[in-house]
Parts: sequence; structure tokens; C-alpha cells
Amino acid sequence: MRAVYLRELASYFSSMIAYITVGLLLAVLGLVLWVFPDFSLLQTPFAGIDALFEIAPLIFIFLIPAFTMRTFAEEKQAGTLEVLLTRPITAWNIVTGKYLATLSWLAIALLPTVIYVFSIYQLGSPPGNIDLGQIAASYFGLFMLGAVFCALGVFASAQTSNQIVAFVMAVFFCFVLYYGFYFISRIASFSGSLDAIIESLGIDYHYHSISRGVIETRDLMYFICLIGLCLTWTWVTITKRN
Amino acid sequence: MRMITGYLAPDAGEIRINDILISEENQAIKALIGYLPENNPLYLDMYVKEYLRYVARIYKIDQPWKRISEVIGMTGLSTESHKLIRSLSKGYRQRVGLAQAILHDPEVLILDEATSGLDPNQLIEIRQLIRDLGKEKTILLSTHIMQEVQALCDRVVIINKGIIVGDGNIHMLSQNLSNAYRVEVTFSRPVVDITLREINGYIRHEDAGSNRYIITGEESTLNEAIFDFAISKNLKILEMATIRESVENIFQQLTTRAS
Repeated sequence: MRAVYLRELASYFSSMIAYITVGLLLAVLGLVLWVFPDFSLLQTPFAGIDALFEIAPLIFIFLIPAFTMRTFAEEKQAGTLEVLLTRPITAWNIVTGKYLATLSWLAIALLPTVIYVFSIYQLGSPPGNIDLGQIAASYFGLFMLGAVFCALGVFASAQTSNQIVAFVMAVFFCFVLYYGFYFISRIASFSGSLDAIIESLGIDYHYHSISRGVIETRDLMYFICLIGLCLTWTWVTITKRN
Repeated sequence: MRMITGYLAPDAGEIRINDILISEENQAIKALIGYLPENNPLYLDMYVKEYLRYVARIYKIDQPWKRISEVIGMTGLSTESHKLIRSLSKGYRQRVGLAQAILHDPEVLILDEATSGLDPNQLIEIRQLIRDLGKEKTILLSTHIMQEVQALCDRVVIINKGIIVGDGNIHMLSQNLSNAYRVEVTFSRPVVDITLREINGYIRHEDAGSNRYIITGEESTLNEAIFDFAISKNLKILEMATIRESVENIFQQLTTRAS
């Protein structure tokens, strides 16, 4: 597992992949939060960075699939997956090694945004007048959301040897899980009966629940189960051949 | 091939390597095998040494750098070892493929079309390397190039549409086939065709022109019999050679006969 993890991580940072994706994320977040007036943190009456946690999932829906689309698809295309599977390493270790590498990238991508928190902290009146606990919980929620998107991306990538197909599939999965269930729950005929249950199937619901500043076990379990499910499916896909 | 390496599961029968059933001890078996697949897939965006370090990590090799430099020396990669795999020629990529296959010092080496697409110089070098490795290890080599079989293999198994049609060393295979033995003789003057039948153990003959005859007969006695025949007819033998079946021939005969 360690070998695969290190190789993946090295391949992100020895090519442009990591720099471009992290750079893009920070550029878009920076523009939206500080420059564009609609969400600008400088225009809001309170010292808070809720806007960051509203915008980030939207960017993640496209950015994470773009980042994870190569994990398995590229190796399938090149045939290196076949060699890897004939080595003394279990398929599960390959999946987790690759997945943990994407999580490391996610953590590295999120890390620089802490500067925004620091800026808002200083801008508060008086400085430091900001709910750090809620922000920490929101970060945790955002990380879990990103982790689910990564798992979906890895899963989609294992289904095909075509990276474009993997990307489109992953975007679709992310979208359905994040917004889809919420939209479905708004269908009139579910109103008052199933709507709460359907809404609670979506990521959106649990993400906002954590963003309020309370990390509940059921939200945590929801994310962990979703990740576990995706990785297990990925494992099944690469284990059963022809 | 893919089943032996554990990539595909067999749909019938069982595979044993060193008398261990493949499905039973999967990981242990995989560590015994070195595998160079057909089109030699490599991570093009890695450096040669970086790639070998990665492979060493998977096999948990002790003192990886020592072993890596050893293997780089063996495969003649020293001058290219700092390059990106993408920038290597086909021959050098093939060497990288071999290097990763022998890195963990496997007991069994499986090479699938190891020399395809190489130029003649590279071909000779890679074959020499395979021959050297074969002195200590079991090598399973698959190939479509028959000269390679002749040059490298102790035992040949010919498979046609999943059925073994020939198994043995090249010499045995050729004998089984042409159950008869052919000799090309050049006499000092023409011989009347019919008199050739006097040769002991004669089966048939062809006239190849300019006093040359290809005679088919019993292997054990034919050479002597031709000699005796020449003496009795007062002929001089200018040249006499046994005709060896070429591997291509054997292959053709075996595969067409079966189908």
C-alpha cells in the first residue's frame, strides 16, 4: 500500500497535475471570496467565511473528478494495472493506496485557505471576534465531502479505461449525491411523507448539518459508509476481470 | 500466461508453480514470479531509477539501492538510468521491463514476446541476457519468432488453439514429425534413378539437379548405406549432409496437422 501511495503522490507533484488543480482551486476561491462582489467577504456585515463553504462544494464537483479521473483509467489504458495486479500486492491495498493519495492531495489543497480564516480573524471587530469552532467543524465537513467526491472519482475511474468517461461519470455521481436527492425530495408528491428521508440521503443535508458546528455521529457515519461503499465497489471492479 | 501470473483466474484446470497451487497462496506465488508482459507497459512519466525503487518497495526488497544498481548493470541500463522512461528507445524500455521483472530475483521468469520490435543489435543483446538468466532460473518464454526458439529454448511447447500439439526439445520434435530421415548427397556423376532403390533402408528420393539427390530413409542406417552404395557403383561422394527440419517447418506441420 505504501509503495502505491508514494508513487501516486510523487506522480501528482512531479507533474503539473497537483499544482494546476490546487492553483485553480485557490484562484477561484480567492476571486469569489475577495474580489467578486456577490459573495465577497468584505461586503458581509459579519466576520465569517460561510461563503467559502457554500462555494467550495460547487468547485469540488468539477475539480475532484478532473483530478481523480486518471487514478485507474490511465493505468488501465497503459496496461500497467495488469502488471501491478500480478505483483504481490492485494487489490485492496492498491485501491486504498491510491485513495489515500487523493486524500493527501485534498488536504494539501485545503490547507492554504486557512489564510482566509486568519484574514477574517484579523478583520473582525474587535480582531478575533469569530466563531472558530464552527469554522473548524465546517472545514471537517468540507474535507469529508471532498473525501466522498474522491471516493466517487476513484470508483468512476476504475470502471473505464477512458479518462473522459471517468470524468463525466464522476461529475454525474457527485452532482446526484450532492444536489440530486435534495431536488428529488422537493417533488410535490413526496411532500410531508418521504421528503425528509430522501433529503437525508444526499450529501448536502449532512454537509450543512456539520457546517452548523455540530459533528454528529450519524453525519460522520453517513460519510464513512459512503466512502466505504465506493472503495468496496472499486475493489470489486478491479478484482473481477473479464 | 495471464493466468499463471495470477491476473486472470483459470476457468478450468489448475495451475501449479513449484508444486504450490496458484489459488492457495496467491501472494506468496506472485513473489516467486517475474513477469514481462507482451507490450511491456511502463509508467512513462517516471524515471528509470524511480520506477525500480517503486517496484522494490512493492516486493519489500532489502537494501533496494544496492539491488537496483546491480540489476541496472545486468541489463546494461547504466547510461540511461537517469532518464525519464518516456525518453528511452524501444530497446531500452525493454531492458527496463526485464529489470523490473528480475529485480526481486524471482525463481520463475515469464517473458511474453520479450524481443518483439527490437533492432538486430538490441535483439542479440537481449537474447544474450535471457540466456544468461536462464542458467540460474526457470524462464517461460512465449514468442512467434522461430529463430528465437532455436537460439534460446531447451524445451518447446507448441500450442495451437489451446491444444498442445508438440512438447519436447527441438530435436525430438523434428524427429517425431518426419519419422524419416533425409540426406542430401552430391555424387561425382549422374545416377540412374532406379538404382538408388538399392540403398539399404531407402524410402524415396528427389532429384535436385546437377548430380544432387535428396534421399529419405531409415535414420540408423542411411548414411552408411549411401556410402556402401557409392562404393558398389564406383561413385565418389562429393558432399553429404543431413537435412535438419527448420523450426518454422515443424511449427507449420504441427499446427496445420492438428487443425
